[in-house]
Amino acid sequence: MSGSEPAHRQLGMTDDEYDSVVEILGREPRPAELAMYSVMWSEHCSYKSSRAWLGRFPTEAPWVVVGPGENAGVVDLGDGWLAALRIESHNHPSFVEPYQGAATGVGGILRDVFTMGARPVAVWDPLRFGPLSVARNRYLLSGVVSGIAGYGNAVGVPTLGGELEFADCYSANPLVNVMALGLLKREQLVLRAASGDGNVAVLLGSSTGRDGIGGASILASASFDEESGAKRPSVQVGDPFEEKKLIEACLELYQRGLVVGIQDLGAAGISCATSESAAGGGMGMDVDLDAVHLRELDMTPGEILMSESQERMLAIVKPGDLDDVLALAEKWEIAASAIGHVNPSKQLRVFHHGELVAEVPAASLSDDAPLYRRPAARPSYLDRVWQVDEPLPAGVDMGDTLLHLLADPALGDPSWIYEQYDHQLFLNTVVGPGNDGSLMRIKGTRKGLAVSTDGNALLCYLDPRRGSARLVYEAALNVAVTGARPYAVVDNLNFGNPEKPDVMWQFLETVEGMAEACEVLGVPVIGGNVSFYNETDGEDIYPSPVVGMLGFCDPMPESPPRLDRAEAGMEVWLIGPEDHDDFAASAYTRVILGHRRGRPLAPDPAMAVAVIDAAATLASTVPVLHDVSSGGVAVALAEICIESDVGVELANGDWRCLLSESPHRFLAVVPPGGLPDLGDVPARRIGTMGGDFIDFDRHGDVTVARAATAWRNALRGQFG
Amino acid sequence: MRVAVVMFPGTNCEHDVAYALAELGAEPELVWHRETDLDGFDGVVLPGGFAHGDYLRTGAIARFSPVMGAVERHAAAGTPVLGICNGFQILCEAGLLPGAMVANRDLRFICRPVHLRVESTDSMLTRAARVGQVLRLPLNSYEGNYIAPAADLVRLESQGRVMLRYCDAAGVADEATNPNGSTNSIAGIANEQGNVAALMPHPERAAEEVLGSVDGRVILESFVASMVREPAPA
Repeated sequence: MSGSEPAHRQLGMTDDEYDSVVEILGREPRPAELAMYSVMWSEHCSYKSSRAWLGRFPTEAPWVVVGPGENAGVVDLGDGWLAALRIESHNHPSFVEPYQGAATGVGGILRDVFTMGARPVAVWDPLRFGPLSVARNRYLLSGVVSGIAGYGNAVGVPTLGGELEFADCYSANPLVNVMALGLLKREQLVLRAASGDGNVAVLLGSSTGRDGIGGASILASASFDEESGAKRPSVQVGDPFEEKKLIEACLELYQRGLVVGIQDLGAAGISCATSESAAGGGMGMDVDLDAVHLRELDMTPGEILMSESQERMLAIVKPGDLDDVLALAEKWEIAASAIGHVNPSKQLRVFHHGELVAEVPAASLSDDAPLYRRPAARPSYLDRVWQVDEPLPAGVDMGDTLLHLLADPALGDPSWIYEQYDHQLFLNTVVGPGNDGSLMRIKGTRKGLAVSTDGNALLCYLDPRRGSARLVYEAALNVAVTGARPYAVVDNLNFGNPEKPDVMWQFLETVEGMAEACEVLGVPVIGGNVSFYNETDGEDIYPSPVVGMLGFCDPMPESPPRLDRAEAGMEVWLIGPEDHDDFAASAYTRVILGHRRGRPLAPDPAMAVAVIDAAATLASTVPVLHDVSSGGVAVALAEICIESDVGVELANGDWRCLLSESPHRFLAVVPPGGLPDLGDVPARRIGTMGGDFIDFDRHGDVTVARAATAWRNALRGQFG
Repeated sequence: MRVAVVMFPGTNCEHDVAYALAELGAEPELVWHRETDLDGFDGVVLPGGFAHGDYLRTGAIARFSPVMGAVERHAAAGTPVLGICNGFQILCEAGLLPGAMVANRDLRFICRPVHLRVESTDSMLTRAARVGQVLRLPLNSYEGNYIAPAADLVRLESQGRVMLRYCDAAGVADEATNPNGSTNSIAGIANEQGNVAALMPHPERAAEEVLGSVDGRVILESFVASMVREPAPA
């Protein structure tokens, strides 16, 4: 940043955008006003490059209570129970400062959920890093995991899972996504609209400091270069203890009916919370910055408005309830300041030292944000990567191949990560991390919620539309194998620089693929996040959509399938369509053959629906169900053998069927004769559990013990 | 039997402990740390979490919370006082149990099930268990590595006040089966009277089949069975 540049460019705003502000106000903006517009109109806050397209997603279903646009999506679970779900990214902050970047990502997503009136009950963390052979990537992964653990464990919300992938493109731009689930009773639902002339805006929680200023505009909405380290002051610092108190205080405020509306302070801090609250209720607000409890004394109005200090909420309360609200805050030992009043003017007016420092139409900060339909063009790389010249070998030693696959950090045992997270708090965890999907009970009911987060960026790189549709189907299958039906989706769309037509094309194809699959499944998208500018020194990441799938079951299976319930003598069945030799983006070609090419098979929507239905039905009676994904049948089966500590003897067959990654398939392990008729869904018996070996017949074998050692050390061994 | 489940700011296992105790027939009530009077309670639990954010040092601020005076009076009067995880750390800092907790040997948070061998049944922590019984309970802590001055360790061991030791499924307790570096593989101890006791793992997380283990029940049942009416704190 050079001092000679105009102020708006230093704040990340284009000349055209600046001209729009002048037009809206009818004058040059004051410094504080410019600061507000620069952040609120950033890519991160305004979705200016993506929101023209997000309407493509299906968002309606009879069980949707709150769709996209609020802090979190909310669905109805029956009997007065609601679930709130939200996903976000904290990619750039986590690269600049991995511990705090990841920690504040957790804090932010939790606020989004308890802003809706829900108690946050679980968190998931999908992560992407560069190869662990690079020391800095090990540092980043280790720091991010510590940050998630340090914040999540202390704030008292269990982390139930996530997933992990590695690729070179993430070395300079790791992805740290975070999803949170909340539970509430219908009468606790709170929205952010600040209605009611004379109502008071109360700022609750941490004091406001200089940390995180410009986080949304400078960090999250721009590409990286070698000077990115200088952006460290733009990373916020988290305090899970403050957040824990804030959660309990807010839940009691809702329970006692003391708030009219509430909004968390995230990106763009006070400017965002006050303007969105006012605009949401069709009202205006007068804000007195002198009333804000500050961490530092000499902050400018722009700094106070833009600060992204963590652990703050803005509650709108009736004047008669103000004393009760302040007393409740005192009980929970959090600070509270009445900083504003709601009025019918529709203007947001901000005062500092008695002086008017900003006066803007409240709705203009969000409603008048720029909207870009950026050009898109099919990238030329596709023709190159669809071309696979090397034929597959005629035969392979499956024992050796399996050991290599299991030793890959993306395929190996993730317990090194999830054992650092409290994943049991609240006594809801029925199926925890390390399985296809997590399964939680709702105490006092027979209801269960299954959740899976999924991504397969390489598949999306090779074909964004097919890849993203398959992603949705896979996530649905992952919740189905725990006994739940797909119920709602949130998505996190991590992409490169949208000003490049290649990237914009990847984005549009991905939206289309995901939307089609969600329509086929009848699953509404209830929220999402777009993270653009995941680009460093001109290199874009793979198109990396992440899907968070919420599944629901009522009743929940009494003993849901788990990977550790296989026993000697049980039959192994492969359920789903015939194998189609689908090696594009497969673990076999990536890890063993060392290439990342091929064209992924198109999904089969009708088959996907039938297979997902079969899995959800089988889950109430079958001891083991396991989705076949990365590493194919071989790796899926090995995971069952390792977790159950029993071998398997496979019937003779083509080795390619063991490693290909054709979609819509899962394994069932059942007592002899225990597989019910599945109608039109193909099922074939491929082996029998027993012995100490994973025995591939004429393709070789390996002991379960050796496979377990390779698998357990894959990630753990990288960190000693 | 009324049980005070004490909540400090930052405590997070209070609802879980209350839920598990209620399932066993006790009457748990959440008590905020500013309360100074625990009269009428038959037992006290300091549950897990991060009291006062674990800032400064785990348990170091919590020992000064207003409620601790009443906890100390109950402890002296013979009322069962149970510390779980963070509660163990607080009882140590408050001087109601000897020793202290430091960071795990590998400097990483550990959340996974561990095996515990019952060493003695002479406390309200273990009276319903059998000596030598192996329990499987979830551990969930960063500072679970127990240390104490040599003289305190000698007293603990010679007086049979080590109630639970980390071990493997077969009951072998050694360095290889010690998850966090805890001295002598100590996972749970009691005071000389046996009415104040604490453990690092979470019995409330292993009290229902649906959660994967019911081994924690014997600990909670021991506590509930130890409560008598009319404790008379001075």
